[in-house]
Amino acid sequence: MTDARLIAEDAARESYGRLLAWLTTRTRDVAAAEDALADAFRAALEHWPKTGAPASPEAWLLTTARRKLIDQARRARTRDESAPALALAAEEADAALSDDRDFPDERLKLLFVCAHPAIDKTVRTPLMLQTVLGLDAARIASAFLVAPAAMAQRLVRAKRKIRDAGIPLETPGPEDFAARLDDVLDAIYAAYTAGWDAADGADARCGGLTREAIFLARLAAGMAKDAPEAFGLAALLLHAEARRPARVVDGRYIALADQDTELWDRRMIAEAEQALARAWTFSAAGRFQIEAAIQSAHAAAKLHGRDTQSDIIVLYRRLIDLAPSIGAKVGYAGALAAADQAEEGLTILDAIEPDRVARYQAYWAVRAHILAALKRREEAQAAYTRAIGLSEDEAARDFLRRRMNNMSTAT
Amino acid sequence: MKYLFLLYNDEDGWEALSSEEKTETVGAYQAYAQALKKAGVHISSEPLDHSRNGKRVRASGVEDGPFADGKEQLGGFFMIEADNLDDALDWAARCPCAAQGHVEVRPVWDFDG
Repeated sequence: MTDARLIAEDAARESYGRLLAWLTTRTRDVAAAEDALADAFRAALEHWPKTGAPASPEAWLLTTARRKLIDQARRARTRDESAPALALAAEEADAALSDDRDFPDERLKLLFVCAHPAIDKTVRTPLMLQTVLGLDAARIASAFLVAPAAMAQRLVRAKRKIRDAGIPLETPGPEDFAARLDDVLDAIYAAYTAGWDAADGADARCGGLTREAIFLARLAAGMAKDAPEAFGLAALLLHAEARRPARVVDGRYIALADQDTELWDRRMIAEAEQALARAWTFSAAGRFQIEAAIQSAHAAAKLHGRDTQSDIIVLYRRLIDLAPSIGAKVGYAGALAAADQAEEGLTILDAIEPDRVARYQAYWAVRAHILAALKRREEAQAAYTRAIGLSEDEAARDFLRRRMNNMSTAT
Repeated sequence: MKYLFLLYNDEDGWEALSSEEKTETVGAYQAYAQALKKAGVHISSEPLDHSRNGKRVRASGVEDGPFADGKEQLGGFFMIEADNLDDALDWAARCPCAAQGHVEVRPVWDFDG
């Protein structure tokens, strides 16, 4: 994809989310707002090529969406009670348009609605991708390995719930803000990790919708005030994304230790470091800040030759104290092994309940590396086999197979 | 729920592989079957011979393989037990065939349900 195309896509994404957030906060009906906006975009595709794009495309789209809302309000009047909200939204659109100032950016409210506790966890991320970024259900379904029709249905159901349950379209008050923001950030993180195999366990995970996730993370960090974790998440995703060009070269997965740093995106790393520094000023450590700090330490080791292994181990211990996830424990075990403490790493892995890792690829990859380091070849071979069997990605399978074969030749 | 994974890929492509590449591919499938078994979801699985050794039988007669309906031919199957379709799709995506050809996922019809 060309840069120009990416810029155009981001611009469309900016407007889409801003317009939909604005319409939704007034209609209180995501689906109605989406319909109106979709009509406006269709009309734009029809008219703009003939008449040229208007001076203010967003105002044009909003006017057109407003007309559609009035239609909907008329039709809805006889059926249900959403008519007053729709009519009011149309009126407010008039007011916003007569005003010369830009209409307010209310996408943060939209993020909070999507990650509301009343919305099922599995649909929060898809809902964000659709409402804030305008992604279609088929694209979202494919990233999350869900049948397209099923995904479309889940999205429709979630939007109906927002409307019928009257989930408020507002940023939560100070008492729930932090907890609710955590839900928002978790959902953004899930977009980043969709369908990703951690072939060596030492690198940050990333998958299908990385650009979209980074867009949302920047948005959350930019709009949520006093939210160190939002900056932490942005830093984490930027660090991981910066290494993407070095991670798979000619179809081959390259472990972090062997990556060519010339291929890293230095501007993204600088942005990540800035976001992380900003997060630390709040002196309120959280899961994402610590994960970002771990990635920052990995980057420092590679870029400046600093020995950060013991820092990384300490950071993982803090991470496990804060959020004892399996992913954190597997990462910790990998960090111990990298610091010549493979036995200790294995003890950490052995303490995890087997049922919880039966299908967790990263666990088996790290376990295999550790067993290989301990020269327990047969067990390592079995663990490699399971990691290969659980991989979705051809490059990950190939990487693990090479590691496994190297082990048997290096006697 | 039982799900049948029908594996479609380029069977001529398979024959063109070197013996080392074949060993790798077989290894990947064995690893996958192993992962399914260890997770307790595997019911059965078999690879199929080339479609040139297959026959299609209709009342009108018998047709010899290979069948001229596309490059990707049925090359094997996995039958698994999964809680729901999402779970089944998650497993299907890990099948090596998903990267080379495609995996058709079919719920097994439940007479009692």
